[in-house]
This record gives sequence, structure tokens and C-alpha cells, in this order.
Amino acid sequence: MALKLASIFFTMILVDNYVLAKFLGICPFLGVSKKLDSAVGMSLAVTFVMVMATAATWPIYMGILEPNGLAYLQTIVFILIIAILVQLLENFLKKFIPALYKALGVYLPLITTNCTILGVTILNLDNGYNFVESIVCAAGAGIGFLVAMVLFSGVRRKVEQAVVPKCFEGLPITLVAAAMTSLSFMGFGGIVTAIFGV
Amino acid sequence: MNPILMAIIVVTAIGLIGAVILVAASIFMYVPVDERVEKITGVLAGANCGACGCAGCADYAKSIVEDGNAINKCTPGGAKTAAAIGEIMGVEAGASVPMKAVVACSGTCGKTSKRYDFEGIQSCQAVKGLYGGDGMCKFGCLGYGDCTKACPFDAIHLVDGIAKVDREKCVGCGACAAACPNSVISIVPEHKRKPVVLCQNKDKGGDTRKACTAGCIGCMKCAKACPKEAITVENNLAHIDQDKCVGCQLCVKECPVGVIHVPAND
Repeated sequence: MALKLASIFFTMILVDNYVLAKFLGICPFLGVSKKLDSAVGMSLAVTFVMVMATAATWPIYMGILEPNGLAYLQTIVFILIIAILVQLLENFLKKFIPALYKALGVYLPLITTNCTILGVTILNLDNGYNFVESIVCAAGAGIGFLVAMVLFSGVRRKVEQAVVPKCFEGLPITLVAAAMTSLSFMGFGGIVTAIFGV
Repeated sequence: MNPILMAIIVVTAIGLIGAVILVAASIFMYVPVDERVEKITGVLAGANCGACGCAGCADYAKSIVEDGNAINKCTPGGAKTAAAIGEIMGVEAGASVPMKAVVACSGTCGKTSKRYDFEGIQSCQAVKGLYGGDGMCKFGCLGYGDCTKACPFDAIHLVDGIAKVDREKCVGCGACAAACPNSVISIVPEHKRKPVVLCQNKDKGGDTRKACTAGCIGCMKCAKACPKEAITVENNLAHIDQDKCVGCQLCVKECPVGVIHVPAND
């Protein structure tokens, strides 16, 4: 059991990294990775919401949608739940944990429409994970997002200081750099299965 | 049950329950916000330039209401914004003189030259670290545009090898002055007649002359010409005291290297 959870966790970070291998959540990946501290802030907020969203959507799917033959409604229902959840979370943090609200505040509303969140909740069900596995998978996906963001903000700093041909300046060179970072992650393919043997 | 009806009921029910929870939460977890903060944020320039010393416009608005910060610190907004904030807060706005950035260097391409070819990271910060810069003059504008990158208003550009301020766009936030590793840029109160010495070179006259034909050589002619004793020459560099200066511009005519200018007329 523990071995399987560990395998899921590290697979999500290294092999099935949401940003670099599954190409979800590219907008914050390119938009918020300019500075390291905002990249970390955004990733922590994403991780937090991912786990919360999974904890909320899994029981609703298994308890309400699946038994009534409404599995096809999962996309719209999950979007609804995630939006409500993020708004609720914002209110809660504002009232009870102002420090965290200040740190995450700018990024929380952005996450409502972030495809990684919806992606993790749906893919969990597609993979047939149980509740605990889903939570671990969501946490791993969030940490994977953090790793990708932090690595890429470092790459971007280098890129920004480099002398770039005029036609590649700005977004084009950033996309090229993103592609190379993604390529490097392909090297992790199979590593987790080899270590944990699951 | 009809599957379409079922789907509608489920989605509506989830939406309604969510709405009830959110309404309850917004009432239960209501955080009182001083409405003046929002009003002041509305009248501020909204550029988040940081000229006021706060982390952004919203932060400045908060510090005005909660910590009694001065209301005339928004340089982009100027006197108009200060008056608007004064109205909201119910206090008189202090005088707010428009501030503009001034690049104290006249060493354009024709006036000075390079000591070496620099091929590293194209920034003033980097070139400054290599023997104090690639220009013949170690005090002047390095010309790699760190200020251009720092400017949130697109108001400073490299023209003919040195930074030039677009006086229409400049709001005097000081981002360029902070970014300049040679401290060539200063924020000066805007005045139509008062001149400024556009040079930073503190070398002796002869050395300055070799480095740049537009550098201040410390000849003292301006200091002697000034009827108000507003000009002092220290370390071979003239400085005009803006408080004493009356704007007669005798020094502008007297300067043999033509380094004294009125920035507003350039």
C-alpha cells in the first residue's frame, strides 16, 4: 500500500509531471514563472486547491454522479465545485488566516479556471484511484507543478540575460526554453517503476 | 426517472447548495473594509510604480487610511490625485511639485568613445563590473539600458548612446534612478528655467577632456557668473543648488563645454 502511494506520488512529480509531460496548466507556467517568489506562491496555492478539490469531487462523483448514471456530467459539475471551493477558500483565508491570504491572495482567483485542477480531479477517476490514492496523486501533481515552476523560473532568468536574436526575443525564446525543460523531464520515464517495482 | 430531468436536478441542486454555502460564508466570514481605502485606490494612478514607497497603489491607499501616510506622495497622479485623496480623507492637500528624472550625462556617441568592446550580458550592471564600464568616462551613462528595462512608463530610452528621458511620459517614480549602477539619473523638481549640470565626471579637467568633450572640467566659470552663489564646484564638478537658483541661466551661456542645460527645454 505505502509502496503504491509512494509510486503514485513520485510518478506525478517526475514522470507524469502535469506541466512538462501532460502539458496542462501552461498559462500559469508561462505567466507567473518570471519571478521565483511569485512562482512559489502560485504553485503552493495550486497544490492546496488541488488537494481540496480532489477531496471534494471524489466523494461527489462516487456518491452522486456514478450511481445515478450521470458520469458524463463530471466536467461541468467539477468546474462548478472547484469554483465554489476556491471562493469559499478565499473567504475562509481572508477571515481566519490573513497572512496566508496575503501570500496566496493574488493567485487564488486565477486558479478557479486553471486546467490542472480540473485535470487532476478527472484523471484520478480515469485511473480508478481510491480516495487516499486520489489525494496522494493530487498532492504529487501539485508538488510536480511546484518543481516545474521553480525550475523554469531559474531557466527564464538565464534566458532573460542572454543575448537573443531579435526574432526570438520575448515569448518565442521562452517557449523554446520550455520545450527543452520538458524534453529533459522525458529522461525520467520509467525511473519510478524501476525503483518501486509497482 | 427521466435522465435529462435527473441531470438538470443534480446540477441545479449542486449549484444552489454551493450558492447557499457561499452566501452564508460571506456573511459569517465578513471582514470589515474601510470604504475609504477602496475609494482612494480608485483615484490613485493605478500604475503600481512604488514612487510613494509602498508596495503598490492599494498598499499606499491602506497606509493613508490606517497609518496616516502623507497624501501627496503619488507622483504619477500629481496635484490632481492629491486633491482627490484630500477630499476623501477630509484634509487639505499639501503642495505637490511634479518630479522628473534627469540623466546627468552629455556623453553622446560623438562626444566620447569606448575603451573596450564588451560582449557579455548586455546590461549596465554587468558592464559596470568589468573595470568600471566600457566607456572612456567612468562616471557617465553606461548606455546598456537598465533604466529602460526598469521604467514602468516606457519613458526612458537610449538615444545616441545615452539614456534620454521622455518628459511627457516621465512621472518621476525613480525606478530608473534605482536601476542605474552609475547613479547618473536623479529625480529633480520640474522647473521651466532652472538649469542642471548634465555631467557626473569628478576627474581633473584635463582627464575629463580626454575622456569626453562634453564633460564638466571644473573651470569655475559658471560659479563666478552666478549672481546668487547657487553654483559650487566640488571634486572638479559643478553643482547647482536648486533652492538658491533663480533661473537667470547666465551659467548656461558661460559654460565652455555646454554641459549646463535646462532639462525641461531639451
